[in-house]
Amino acid sequence: MAGVLALAGCGGDDGGGSGDGPGGMSVPKIDKLVAIGAGEGTVNVIAWAGYVEDGSTDPKVDWVTGFEKETGCQVNTKVAGTSDEMVALMKTGEYDVVSASGDASLRLIYGGDVAPVNTDLIANYKDVFEGLKNKQWNSVDGAAYGVPHGRGANLLMYRTDTVKPAPTSWSAVFDPASPYQGKITAYDSPIYIADAALYLMKTKPDLGIKNPYALDDAQFKAATDLLTEQNKLIGEYWSDYTKEVQAFKSGDSVLGTTWQVIANLAKADKAPVEAVLPSEGATGWSDTWMVSAKAKHPNCGYLWMNHIISPKANAGVAEWFGEAPANKLSCAQTADRNHCATFHAEDEAYFDQIWYWTTPLAQCVDGRTDVTCKDYAAWTQAWTTIKG
Amino acid sequence: MAFLHRHPRLRLAALLSAPMLWLGLAYLGALAVLLVSAFWTVNGFTGEVVREFTLANFRTIVTEEVYRNVTLRSLGVAVAVTVICVVLALPMAFYMAKVARPRARHWLVIAILTPLWASYLVKAYAWRVLLANDGPIDSLFGGPGYGLFATIIVLSYLWLPYMILPIYAGLERLPDSLLEASADLGARAGRTFRGVVLPILVPSIFAGSIFTFSLSLGDYITVQIVGGKTQLLGNLVYANVGAANNLPFAAAIATIPVIIMVVYLAAVRRSGALEEL
Repeated sequence: MAGVLALAGCGGDDGGGSGDGPGGMSVPKIDKLVAIGAGEGTVNVIAWAGYVEDGSTDPKVDWVTGFEKETGCQVNTKVAGTSDEMVALMKTGEYDVVSASGDASLRLIYGGDVAPVNTDLIANYKDVFEGLKNKQWNSVDGAAYGVPHGRGANLLMYRTDTVKPAPTSWSAVFDPASPYQGKITAYDSPIYIADAALYLMKTKPDLGIKNPYALDDAQFKAATDLLTEQNKLIGEYWSDYTKEVQAFKSGDSVLGTTWQVIANLAKADKAPVEAVLPSEGATGWSDTWMVSAKAKHPNCGYLWMNHIISPKANAGVAEWFGEAPANKLSCAQTADRNHCATFHAEDEAYFDQIWYWTTPLAQCVDGRTDVTCKDYAAWTQAWTTIKG
Repeated sequence: MAFLHRHPRLRLAALLSAPMLWLGLAYLGALAVLLVSAFWTVNGFTGEVVREFTLANFRTIVTEEVYRNVTLRSLGVAVAVTVICVVLALPMAFYMAKVARPRARHWLVIAILTPLWASYLVKAYAWRVLLANDGPIDSLFGGPGYGLFATIIVLSYLWLPYMILPIYAGLERLPDSLLEASADLGARAGRTFRGVVLPILVPSIFAGSIFTFSLSLGDYITVQIVGGKTQLLGNLVYANVGAANNLPFAAAIATIPVIIMVVYLAAVRRSGALEEL
């Protein structure tokens, strides 16, 4: 579930931002809602698993029933597995709001599938962390296209009883002479190539990588070569988080990429693990709630967006899923008082080191125009080749 | 009803229309869509399928070495699983059909079938625990850990009932008098097995092998759970549909097992095994 979440967010701060879309596309002119009227009685939501919980998974986990009672908007949820699925579902026009990850969000904006959001109508928007507002993946030319939902980073997890000294750099998972050969794990998705690119960006400045999601031929080859070498060290790749928890608990894996939520689960399972943000920084994700340009229930849609980033609901999602909330006030609402500290919700310096996941495009997302970058299809094929 | 009674052909048509519709539309239709879409591509940015005929997908599969390796690996796994299942199933089925008393026979059949009641996923995850570092198997044998070998073991475990049942059915039809005649003529057990039992069982073994071979060839879940970093054809299809939204390329990869199975079934047909199904 969270695996696909990973395909989120747009990379870095130095992206295009000129308003010209990929391939010279421009944003379709769509008007934003001027005022919220009466609710339409229903709202159709596309979301990641775990984002819209009405108590049916766990009776204690419910931030939907109260909203339905309060607003009269019946919430119909469609759980999507991938960003691509979300884009396809939004194109049907059957849905009102979507919890889009960074890669999906830009495609939805340029495809004219989502409308700009009038943030003045979202009372809770003012409490959202400034570090999440008006970013490359949720706005175009200063116009907001959604409300931030939450974010997280990919960390380096290790068994404290076997991995000594404690790693502080991603080099731990790329060292060909690693003593932990066969017990290293890596995230099983083409987007993991960005992790190698990030490492090369810091260790091989000659390659000139400015953004781990914008790789030209030479840079891409360097990253995939590094991963092909790394394959010899890998015990197994993971995309199912329960699988990684179990592997670290049993000691089948002792070192590798993780999410905060996985580290917490493993610790709760009495596995001697720690997760750190390595010195090179890391990749991560950031999600945005967006409203459809063809929404049949825009009022309920706006009410939903306001509700889902309200301190209590936002805190509920953040804890259930294991990520940093978007609302400043959420931190006082979490059941675990340390949640925001654990997930670095208020730590902008921490998130400055995070390169949010984005879909690589042929038109380099770092703004270079003199070269062609490898697109996501090329990344996928390369990932297959790396795994052999 | 009387109207239908008087028109037997109409009755037959009404009776068969639902299954024929199912076969034609849902089953063959899906296969046809698969084959056609293998010749399309996907727009990199919008993710929409470009419905223009191209051989690009197949060119990639043929020219990139990795797809050849994965195909050979998948084929090897399917063959190994089938061989292991045959070797294990033959004595078990023989005991069930010829040695055990009739009362025990029923219980044995039930015992073979019970694992099929449990979810595939539960069984695969149970094996993940068994094979884990310091788990039961690792403590006993000091290995093998997750990987290709573990995948073969678990798949053999999962598909064994599908091999035992057709062999058991074939042996039940083998008259005891043939075995006695062979013994009377002085053949030892081994000679009887090679000269009498095996030739009669060949179609049953092929029938079972169709299950074990095709199920292994298409599997992607077991290998994800216990396969370590191994990838098989199923994983490539899954990655292209699930992660990359590249249905046409996934369809092109999916034609590889289809072709292998068509060749295999054609070979099996010559043995007469299809009548055993």
